[in-house]
Amino acid sequence: MSGPELHWRTALGEGKFLLQRAPDGTAVFPPRIAVPGTGSGSLEWFEACGLGTVYSLSWINRRAPAEPYNVALIDLDEGARLMSRVEATDADSLTIGMRVEAFIEGTGDEAILLFRPAEGGA
Amino acid sequence: MSDAFPRGKTAIAGLATFGIGEMPGYNAMELTVQASSLAVKDAGLTFEDIDALYICQPDDFFAGLTFAEYLGLHPKYTDNNRTGGSAFMSHMASAALALEAGYIDCALIAYGSNQRSKGGKLSTPMTSNAWDAPYAPLFPLTSYALAAARHMHEYGTTREDLAAVALAARSWANTNPEAFAKGPLTIEDCLTSRMISTPISVRDCCLVTDGAAAVVMTRTERARDLQRLPVPLLGAAAATWWNSITQAPEVTVTAARESGARAMGMAGVEPRDIGTLQLYDAFTINTILFLEDLGFCPKGEGGRFVSDGTIAPGGSLPVNTNGGGLSCCHPGMYGLFAIVEAARQIRGEAANQLPGIDLALAHGNGGTLSSQATVILGSMATL
Repeated sequence: MSGPELHWRTALGEGKFLLQRAPDGTAVFPPRIAVPGTGSGSLEWFEACGLGTVYSLSWINRRAPAEPYNVALIDLDEGARLMSRVEATDADSLTIGMRVEAFIEGTGDEAILLFRPAEGGA
Repeated sequence: MSDAFPRGKTAIAGLATFGIGEMPGYNAMELTVQASSLAVKDAGLTFEDIDALYICQPDDFFAGLTFAEYLGLHPKYTDNNRTGGSAFMSHMASAALALEAGYIDCALIAYGSNQRSKGGKLSTPMTSNAWDAPYAPLFPLTSYALAAARHMHEYGTTREDLAAVALAARSWANTNPEAFAKGPLTIEDCLTSRMISTPISVRDCCLVTDGAAAVVMTRTERARDLQRLPVPLLGAAAATWWNSITQAPEVTVTAARESGARAMGMAGVEPRDIGTLQLYDAFTINTILFLEDLGFCPKGEGGRFVSDGTIAPGGSLPVNTNGGGLSCCHPGMYGLFAIVEAARQIRGEAANQLPGIDLALAHGNGGTLSSQATVILGSMATL
């Protein structure tokens, strides 16, 4: 047994993107020990479908020659929102409303959850 | 919901700023103590009269203890509450309740920072949480950029609208001797300034300055007998809806909607009654969001509202009359400076004094649009 954060990170390190679900079906992220709003301890883990939509985004400029990178807020299809980066895009192609899919880069403690444009777009 | 508040029972009896701009050679606590000394003197009191401390410093989580030790004070109550730049509005709320209850008799609220002279960067021990940090958002800037980008997407707000906020602030600053950033500023200057985290460019960001401020609060009946015109506190409310911007249901709607409505409800006033607003403008989008959320224009209309000079000198709603965090000063946690400017407008001694100000609103923002707190100050005529 572990707290929800370690549980989530361990799963990510094994290639699984988990979310929690509250009794009323609401998806919860980041993982918690109690349901926001009610405090209920009844949260069940499930594997996210990995699809989402860009809710907002910002490109961060760096001193050349470093390339700009983006920070995006992703609305997951299950309903939770999280911060991530959308790979394989540039400032012209990445837009609010774009459909994206999750992938996990690296394993173990190095694993990071990223997104890329969804196959087949919208 | 219970929202009992001792309307007008407590007041600002003294206030001061010190070292706004650049004060090389001073540490942060020295600036804070100097501003406090001036505020206590302004009230016609001495430090022996102060029995409660509300001290927030950029680099010291035990700031109230350090402050007490520095001056050899033995306060009955010490509060380091830290909800970001809105902390000072929360300090006023809790000080008012403690004063009214007779738990304390005289509160000092103070803040100071030497962040410009010390390093030239925002001095804060805060950073992104463990869920956001792997994606390297600039803290706190990118969170505001995400709100601005969404506001543009939903409501058609433009970078020119954001620039109008910066221009209004600069216009006020240009006639305020205390303001740090002066000189001409054009829309073109803003649009061509270096982009940091889209859509926020350098000119959308508040200053990095040194500076300190302090206010002394006591019961209004006592403040009447002191040497300065009391500035009664009519309402004060804080609201927190999230910490990380990722947890905002809508990043374009802040808890200012709640704190503002509650503070105005306690004061028994409506937006149209307020003579001037002092809003924590860490970034240009803040002013737009807070004008909307506090009820001065409809949601989504903030950009158009500011674009024609409404909040600038000569406009119908004077906002940030000292130049704000964008052009007057931003020593890291601006909220107390907004309170001081609102009180100066009530006392009739602001650098850009407006005629007949009986009601002023000061609004603080903390974290990443997270903690919102609003105070309504009035003249003695409003009691």
